[in-house]
Amino acid sequence: MSPRETAVTLALLVLLPAAALAALLLGETFYVTLATRIAVLALAAVGLNIALGLGGLVSFGHAAFFGLGGYAAGVLATHAFNAEPLAFGLAGTTSMPAIWLAAVLVCGLVALPIGLVSLRTSGVYFIMITLAFAQMIYYFAISWPAYGGEDGLSIYVRNAFPGVETAKPFPFFLLAFALLAAALALFHRLQASRFGTALEAARQNPVRLSALGISPFAIRLVAFVLSAMVTGLAGALFADLNRFVSPSMLSWHMSGELIVLIILGGKGRLAGPLAGAALYVAFEHALGGLTERWQFFLGLVLLAVVFFARGGLVGLLAGRPRHG
Amino acid sequence: MSLALLIEQLLNGLQLGVMLFLIAAGLTLIFGVMGLINLAHGSLYMVGAFACASVAAATGSFWIGLVASLAASAAAGALMEITVIRRLYARDHLDQVLATFALILVFSEGTRWLFGSFPLYLDIPPALQGAVALPGGGQYPLYRLAIIGVGVLVAAGLYLLIGRTRLGMRIRAGETDREMIAALGVDIRALYTLVFALGAALAGLAGALVGALQSVQVGMGEPALILAFVVIVIGGIGSIKGALVGAVLVGLVDTMGRFLLPKLLALTLPATQAGPVGAALASMLIYILMALILAFRPSGLFSARS
Repeated sequence: MSPRETAVTLALLVLLPAAALAALLLGETFYVTLATRIAVLALAAVGLNIALGLGGLVSFGHAAFFGLGGYAAGVLATHAFNAEPLAFGLAGTTSMPAIWLAAVLVCGLVALPIGLVSLRTSGVYFIMITLAFAQMIYYFAISWPAYGGEDGLSIYVRNAFPGVETAKPFPFFLLAFALLAAALALFHRLQASRFGTALEAARQNPVRLSALGISPFAIRLVAFVLSAMVTGLAGALFADLNRFVSPSMLSWHMSGELIVLIILGGKGRLAGPLAGAALYVAFEHALGGLTERWQFFLGLVLLAVVFFARGGLVGLLAGRPRHG
Repeated sequence: MSLALLIEQLLNGLQLGVMLFLIAAGLTLIFGVMGLINLAHGSLYMVGAFACASVAAATGSFWIGLVASLAASAAAGALMEITVIRRLYARDHLDQVLATFALILVFSEGTRWLFGSFPLYLDIPPALQGAVALPGGGQYPLYRLAIIGVGVLVAAGLYLLIGRTRLGMRIRAGETDREMIAALGVDIRALYTLVFALGAALAGLAGALVGALQSVQVGMGEPALILAFVVIVIGGIGSIKGALVGAVLVGLVDTMGRFLLPKLLALTLPATQAGPVGAALASMLIYILMALILAFRPSGLFSARS
């Protein structure tokens, strides 16, 4: 990373908690929740950025993992609330670490077969297949009545984390932000590691990579699964943030939004997802307050980004990446 | 389960397949010729439905509405191509996905702005109301049969257009080598706009025809679009023949799955469970079909490009 990009990244990482703290001190807890929303969406996009940014895998189905993470939280909390045992002798739980673990595991286990089939294809086929798998899970969630079906599932009390008052907005923000920071650290390590280099090479020239004795398929599969796990973790947090999970978290629109977050911020850039999520939520809040039709203008802004600002916000602030 | 019911469901599946073909044909043509993935194709379907419903409501004639839907969707397609899509041909698929996703937002919210959030309704034209007797007893709506007929005509027309006319020759040449046909003096920009408008008109036609069966509303395009994607992925992107086979396959599998799976499961499961489990499985069936086909043929059944 260039020194300028490091500065932009650090500034964004300081600004978000500073804004949340300022909102708390001013008694504007609504804005703390908004900052939490930014952190959670950014976390989801960091996950997608592993596949899309580093690996060049345009997954148009990451909402599947976002939603599965959300349902992991919702289902476990519901079973704990009703004191009904889950399948295989497991009980529900309201402990966030256990829920996070479940969300990450479920997403990894689902991403593995999806990746095995989807990564056999490339280009447009990959985009459409990931979309189709996500739709499959979406329709399943809608027509399966046990967990609310189309109406979704409410989480009556926000799940618990040892030593943290999760029901209050600011402590919950800190939890989400800590996870985001951890995911960003993981992304940074990954980018600099041998694995990250191989992934980058698989994107730029898979033939040369296989000539070096590294299978692009295996590298991509690991990246895809890892990416799904991070996005799934974000989904669990998102469900706890809204205390609600519904099939809309699984919809293709959500997959599109996750891609939008990355492009708004800057594809493959460490701070891209955070910048994109901040921009998106600010835009949604500012324009959404002015007009019901804010998505119309979002569409126009996106077109402008595609045509005139391909590096996204981080690209504007920190210049072009060293190798793109 | 009677024979008439089975035939009725088969015809329903065929009718769904034919509708999907109208949408998928344009999508696959645009990808085959221009190498572009167009998420906003569903919006053109919606434009056709809204044009037909509003013009039919104003004039009282479904047929004028149908002509209006063709004109409106072709015009919207040409406008879309000239203002936005044209700049995307040289870009990577990610930019295409993003820009056409943005177009969906613009079209959906724009339509909601113009027509409001309430659905419009479109009546089946009087000439096509009524039903036809099926062998084995039972009746089948004439309108749905007419839709199947339109689909067959369009498929035959496209086959002749692509295989037998000068325009079709240029389209095929454009698929193979765009620099070469440009060097031979064909105005490639105009050709691309024409192909895009043709695909848009087919999608608009599908929208208008379906509009009389379902309510016409914002957001109707996306489920159809995603099914059309499944169709062209199964058939092989860029292949019209693949789109036809894929569409009929998806239409039949989806309809018959919804009809038969709950009944099959009822043989082993208690009735209270068989319904929901069957419905959930049936809604996933075409995606499972797609995954299976791709596991064995990663570029679809009739791939035009490998």
